[in-house]
Order: sequence, then C-alpha cells, then structure tokens
Amino acid sequence: MSNLLEVKNLKKYFKTNRGLLHAVDDVSFTIPRGKTLGIVGESGCGKSTLGRTVIHLHEKTSGQILFDGKDISDVDKHQLKALREDMQMIFQDPFSSLNPRMSVSQLIAEPLLIYKKCSGKELEQTVMQLMDTVGLAQRLYNSYPHELDGGRRQRIGIARALALSPKFIVCDEPVSALDVSIQAQIINLMQDLQEEHQLTYMFITHDMSVVRHISDDIMVMYLGMMVECCDSEEIFHNRFHPYTKALLDAVPIPQVREKKERRLIKGEITSPIHPGDECRFAKRCPYADQICFEKTPVSEEICPGHFVSCHHVREINHLQENK
Amino acid sequence: MSKILEIKDLTIHYVTDSEVVRAVNDISIELEEGESLGLVGETGAGKTTTALGVLGLVPNPPGKVISGEVIYKGQDLLKLSDAEMRKIRGREISMIFQDPMTALNPVLTVGDQIMEVVRLHQKVSKAEAMKRAMEMMEMVGIEGARCGEYPHQFSGGMKQRIVIAIALACNPNLLIADEPTTALDVTIQAQVLDLIDNLKKKFNTSMLLITHDLGVVAEVCDKVAIVYAGRIVEYGTLNHIYNNPHHPYTNGLFGSIPDFSHKAHRLNPIKGLMPDPSNLPEGCAFAERCPHVTDACRKKQPIAVEVEPGHFVRCLLHEKEVR
Amino acid sequence: MEKEKQSTPVIHKKKNSQFRNILRRFMKNQTAVFGLVIIFLLVIFALFPSQLSHADYTVQDLANRYSGPSAEHWLGTDELGRDMYTRIVWGCRTSLTIGLASVAIACAIGVTLGTLAGYFGGVLDNVLMRIVDILMAVPNLLLGISIVAALGNSITVLVFAIALGNIAAFSRVTRSSVITVRDTEYVEAARATGASDGRIMWKYVLPNALAPIIVQVTTSLAGSILNISGLSFVGLGVPAPTPEWGSMLSNARTIMRDYPLQIMFPGIAIMLTVFAFNLFGDGLRDALDPRLKN
Repeated sequence: MSNLLEVKNLKKYFKTNRGLLHAVDDVSFTIPRGKTLGIVGESGCGKSTLGRTVIHLHEKTSGQILFDGKDISDVDKHQLKALREDMQMIFQDPFSSLNPRMSVSQLIAEPLLIYKKCSGKELEQTVMQLMDTVGLAQRLYNSYPHELDGGRRQRIGIARALALSPKFIVCDEPVSALDVSIQAQIINLMQDLQEEHQLTYMFITHDMSVVRHISDDIMVMYLGMMVECCDSEEIFHNRFHPYTKALLDAVPIPQVREKKERRLIKGEITSPIHPGDECRFAKRCPYADQICFEKTPVSEEICPGHFVSCHHVREINHLQENK
Repeated sequence: MSKILEIKDLTIHYVTDSEVVRAVNDISIELEEGESLGLVGETGAGKTTTALGVLGLVPNPPGKVISGEVIYKGQDLLKLSDAEMRKIRGREISMIFQDPMTALNPVLTVGDQIMEVVRLHQKVSKAEAMKRAMEMMEMVGIEGARCGEYPHQFSGGMKQRIVIAIALACNPNLLIADEPTTALDVTIQAQVLDLIDNLKKKFNTSMLLITHDLGVVAEVCDKVAIVYAGRIVEYGTLNHIYNNPHHPYTNGLFGSIPDFSHKAHRLNPIKGLMPDPSNLPEGCAFAERCPHVTDACRKKQPIAVEVEPGHFVRCLLHEKEVR
Repeated sequence: MEKEKQSTPVIHKKKNSQFRNILRRFMKNQTAVFGLVIIFLLVIFALFPSQLSHADYTVQDLANRYSGPSAEHWLGTDELGRDMYTRIVWGCRTSLTIGLASVAIACAIGVTLGTLAGYFGGVLDNVLMRIVDILMAVPNLLLGISIVAALGNSITVLVFAIALGNIAAFSRVTRSSVITVRDTEYVEAARATGASDGRIMWKYVLPNALAPIIVQVTTSLAGSILNISGLSFVGLGVPAPTPEWGSMLSNARTIMRDYPLQIMFPGIAIMLTVFAFNLFGDGLRDALDPRLKN
C-alpha cells in the first residue's frame, strides 16, 4: 500500500445553539507515504476540524479512516493510545500550546513518559537528542516556554511531535504565528525532518505561498466541503473552481507589477449551519445559476488526479466532456 | 505635491526600573500628500511605537520620546499640548488598529460610533451626523440602513470596514493603518485593500501603512521603509526595494518568503533572531545575522547612504561603495 | 539545518531543582517570608502553650475581672478574671487546628469535585454542581448545628461540620478555573500526545488552575475560625473552658462598649493569622508560577 492515510466520506457535525454545524462534510482524500497534503481555506472552512478528526481529537460523525492499511474509523481507548504513537500533531500557536508550568525538558519528555519509552539517564539523553534534532541549544534544557521566542517554542512543539517517531503528523498552521524570517527557518526544519524520517504531513494553512512551497498535493476547502484537490503545481497553473481562482487571485504578491483588475469575490463566508441542498459557494459565485442553488455538486475527476466540485466547471474553463 | 508629514530622527525608549527598551532609534520618514508609505518589519521592530509616536499616544510612563521631530503641515506635533493634539487626532490624522474585533465598542451601535467621531470634530446637528454616518457606511460597502446594529452582528471583514469608516469619517489628511488586514482572510483582505486604495485616491489621503507582509505593501504603497530593531535599514520607492534591494536584511526577508510563482526546493531564511531591544549591540544591530558581516560592522553604527536618488541604505557595505 | 551553537556546557540539574527554584522564588518575596515567619510563630504557640504561658488557662481571679494589661496579666483578664494572654496562646492550638483541618478537608473534597465537574462537564458536571448547590443553599451555621446535633459535640465532628460548609466554595472556584484551563491548546496538545485524563488533570489542568484556589484557602481559613465562634455561640462549638479565639470574640461582643480590649486581642489574633496565611498564600501562588520568575 502506498497510501498511508485514506479518508472516505468523512463527516463531522457539531451541535451548536443555532443548529447543526456541518464543519466537515463528506470529505475524501488520500495521502501517499512520505508526502505532504496541504489543506487550504479561509477561517471557518473546517480545515482544522478535519485535521483533528483524522487523528481522533474529535470523534467523527460518520465516514471511514484507513491508516497504514488498517481501518481506524472506530477505535477504543487502548487502540487510540497505540495509534497516537504513529499520529502526532503540531499546533498553530506556540504561545498557547505549551503548558506554561513545564520546562523545555519536561515538555519534550512528556510523550516519552506517557508511553513509558525510557526513564532516568536514557530519558535525559533522548530529550537532548531531540533538542539537537530540532535545533534547540542544550543550555535551554531547564528554560520555560515563556522565556523563549515563538520560533524556539515551535521547535519544542516539533520535538514533542517527533519524540515517539510517528509516521504521520498533522500540522495545524505551524508557522502562521511566526515572523517571516523565523517562519522560513521552521519550514526548512520541517522539510529536513520529513526527508530524514520519511514523515507524512497533513499541512493545514491559510497561507497560499507556504502551502505551495511545502505540499505535494493541495486540497482547497470551503465551508466544510472539498472544493478542489490536485497536485500542488497543477493548482497554480490550472485551477478550475471559481473559489480557488478567487482565493489565489486575492493573495498579495510581493512583487512590483501592473495593478491588474482582480477577480474579487463579493460577500463573506457564512457558517455552515443546516446547509441546504446547494453549492455552498453559490451565494458568492459569479457563475451561479439555478442548479447551484438546488443541488450540491459532487466531486469529479476533471483530469487525472484533479478533483473539482462544481456544476459548471466545464463551461467556466471551456473543457471538453471527458467520456 | 507638498510634504504632509516629516519625521526627523525620532527616538522613543521605554524606560523601566530594570532596563531601557530602545524601541525606535533615529527614524526619519517623509510623506508627500496622497502618497502611501509602507513601514515593514518583524514583531518588535518598533513599527507600532513609531505610529503611536506620531499621534502622541506613546504610553508614558514607561514610554518616552527622547528626541526628534514629527512635522505635520509645518508644525511639530511633539510640541503641541494635549488639547491641541486631540483636535488633530481623528480629524486630521486618524488610525486604524489591527484587531477590528476589539476596536469597536460592543454596547454602542455602529452608527452611533461613527456619529461620535463626526460630532467630536465638526459642529453639526445630530441628524446631519447620522446622515454622514450612513454615507460613510455606504462608502465602505455596507448598507446605511444597518447603522442601528451592534458590532457583534457584523462579520470580521465588515467590522474592519466600519473601523475604516470611522477613521475616514472626518476626511483626515493622513491615515495611519496598523496591520489593517492581518486578522482577515485573504479574500476579505483583498476587498479591504481595494477599498482603502480607492478611498485614498478619492480623497487624496496620505497613508502610513504598518505591516509585516511584503505582499500587502506591494499592492498599496508607493514608498517602503524596512525597519529592523527600531531603525530604518532601507528606504526607497517600491521599485527600489523590490527590484533592487541593497540591505542584507531586506534580501533576507525576500529569501524567507516562499515564492508564489516558482517552487523552490528550499528557502533561504535569515539565521538567528532579532536582538533584544533592551540590549542592542553597539554596532549594526543586524551584524549577528548578516552573511556579509565584517569586524567593522560590530563596532560602528552605519549611517544612511543614498545609493541611488531617493534610495537610502544603512549598511557599511554600501557606505564604502558610495564613497 | 541551522542549529544553535552550544555556547555553554550542558548544565546538569537534578530533578529536585524545580522544588529549589520554587523555594528560591518564594524566599525572594519578602512579604511572603514575613507571612511564613508569623505562621511559624503561631505553630510554636500551638505546640508549646504551657511553656509559653501559664499551664492552666482556667485559673479564675474574680476580683480582677476585665482588668487592663498589667505586668501580671500582659493582656489583661476576661469576665471571669482569667488571664487573656494564656487563653489566647492556648486558643491558638484549638483555632488553628480546627481552622486548618477543616480547610484542608474542604479543599481536598471541593477541589476534587470541582476538577471532575469542570474537566468532564456534561452530566457529571450537572449532578456534582447540583449537590454543591444544595450545600450552598443551607446556611453554614445551620448546616453546622444540624451535624453537631446529629453526631455529637466533639472536635472531630466540629471540623467535619465546618469543612462541609466550605466545600461548595472550593468546588465552585475550582470548577470555573478548570473550565478555562480545560479549553486551552496545551491541554489539547497533551491529549494529542496520548496523555490520559488523570495525567492531564494532575499535570496540566490543576497546576494552571491553582491561583484562585490558593486565594480561596486563605479566605476560607478566616471564615472557618469565625464559624467556630458561631457554633460556640449556640453552645455547639468548643466545650466551655477550652479557649478558642472565635468564642472569645463572640463572648466579648456583648461588652464591647465597656471593655473594648476584650474584643481587641482575640480579634488581633485572628486577623494576624489570616493576614499571615494571606501573605504566604500570595507568595506561594507566585512562586509556583514559573512565568513570574523575575
């Protein structure tokens, strides 16, 4: 099996005071071993929920998750604990994802202690090794996270995720809270670690340039649904869904260029509470017509490996019916 | 064109019992009427303190303006009394803050909040002020009829538009925007940037834009100042900075951003961290991270040299070249 | 990969360095150390009352009632001519024991309930909090009276009765503090690492929810000592001749106008105790928080 992770029709609904929130709705994807899937979308599109549901931090509403060939859709407490050794997570905000009462060494030792991997001298050595791997100086062994800057804290988060030598890491906006120069250092570190340890990443972000840089495949989400999914190079050259187009057009590029007229989309993201049978992007879509408000589009393979959910994808992009 | 704002050698320190934080050091900026200048730098570089300095809002204590002049239309703002300053703030110069969620008063309707600014600075009747408030809301793309609603009834992007409406309610000559789009999603950011750009052209307002995002600067600014550890290290037109960057820090920043148009295998980040502003080195603050560092850099503070007309660089490397 | 240069040799610290750090931070705090010194003195008084004052606190001198401070009676005498100083020193033992013991019990039970309710939420939270509501609905004094009436009048029962009245406050304070910590990202991070609920509660939630609990300890301590007096007032507190600050205070209340000193000395004793625990508690809270290192 070349796919480490296979997710089929995953749904996660939350009960809220205003009704049932469809945070993740019928999302399917696969991640090949050692590759990176980038999940992009704006706030509230369900990308973080998706990542957390895959590693059972939230319990799914329905759907199937296959990890390393095994069905892990439903697991009990013991299976889950065993599973967590292989699936870890790096969190967005290095300022709030570390227990302020623990020192650097305690933070990194925590996963090793929980799984009783080692103790005493050996534990100390493993922690030092991990600190070395992520580029933390050993003099910080007894420091506390509040004494460190964001970049170093994120290195602690990465060391924790690596401690149990997992196969798969969900990275939830791991660099969004960092300054650009530090962001680049962390991205390079994560890429090096991926090569060294054959890690598979699910990289969640809202930053288009970062996602392009680090991902092999990219999935664009909008209000809980997959909108477009394909190879990361492909999406920057041939994007088919009107939302993907608007999203990429909106990214400010650090280059002096002609002020071009951008295809701005109007309106704002709503929240997917009790969504009806319609395309969720229809209200903001310039191409929307009758059918978009009546039927939820299904994902179609427009060309090999390129999936799009849009009723009018062929007309908009002047494509031939591929049958 | 005439000069609207000139900051000369502004130095602001935060003085506490235990340390002196040198937040802003000898910053000089010129801004013509109708022009926008981007103040770019990382967290803690002193961008926001500079803006607060212009408005006379540096919290005192511990903040202290050590030296310098802020000349707005021929008068030095730093010499004005509090009462005189209040007349200028909001009416002549207004500010947009980073977080639209906290910049609005949750218990007042948005209409009231816009009206308040209008009535504070212009002698108009309540009805006239309300009319003006509705006009402002229409101008930023929100129905005027919604002026009776409270901030929580609006989404993040709309709140930021309302903040902009408040800032522009009195037709200020100068707008200071502190990370106005950082808290927003890309598609909404694009809408807000477009809005700011259009309004600026319409009213010939000058703008000081504070941001860490080189992409945003490229979209809306004419001039750029790169700030590092409280000093402007490079200053010039958009074209100078983006197409012909001289300072190693500027180059480092561009190397840190994943390129949106090409996929590179690795990023070239700047190594290390920004020095602690309470403990700045004697020489160039960037010396420790600079790939071209020489012994002289550690001893001597470089002066700004004009490498081409209107393009200033503060680096010993270029000091020699010019001579 | 850019690695930070190892500029200093590895500093090897043993595990108890954390305790030493806390101690060092605590010792730096002068007011907290002052509080600790007072507590230390109070404990000495409580342990050796006969050495530090008269051995017999019941000696009456009816000719010398309500006398002011003198060389013979340092703090004067009470309504039966008993030496005030002796009674305050002996009272220290009773008051401190009952106060500390009841607060310790209330704290242990209340914090456990509050943590469970706050951390798990849902049905458990509802059930536990309704029980606490019931406890809260009954006035502390009434609760105490009914328990002492039912179980008999002894120090143990008294401690238990007063503790029961304090449980509600502890569990409520703990619960609200736990709820804010429960939703932090580092708790989620711990869960993602595979930590069990018990470990999360013990190592992540409780240490970060501690500050308001410590404040509650000092408030409850004062309340408890005064509560004993309430029970003594209705004749269910500490049996008659045994000196106890709360009862001394309430006895003196009736004659406050004529003999203000009678109410002042036990009052000062209670105040000093609460004050000392307050300073100590604040210092402890700060010392336990590594973020306030400097």
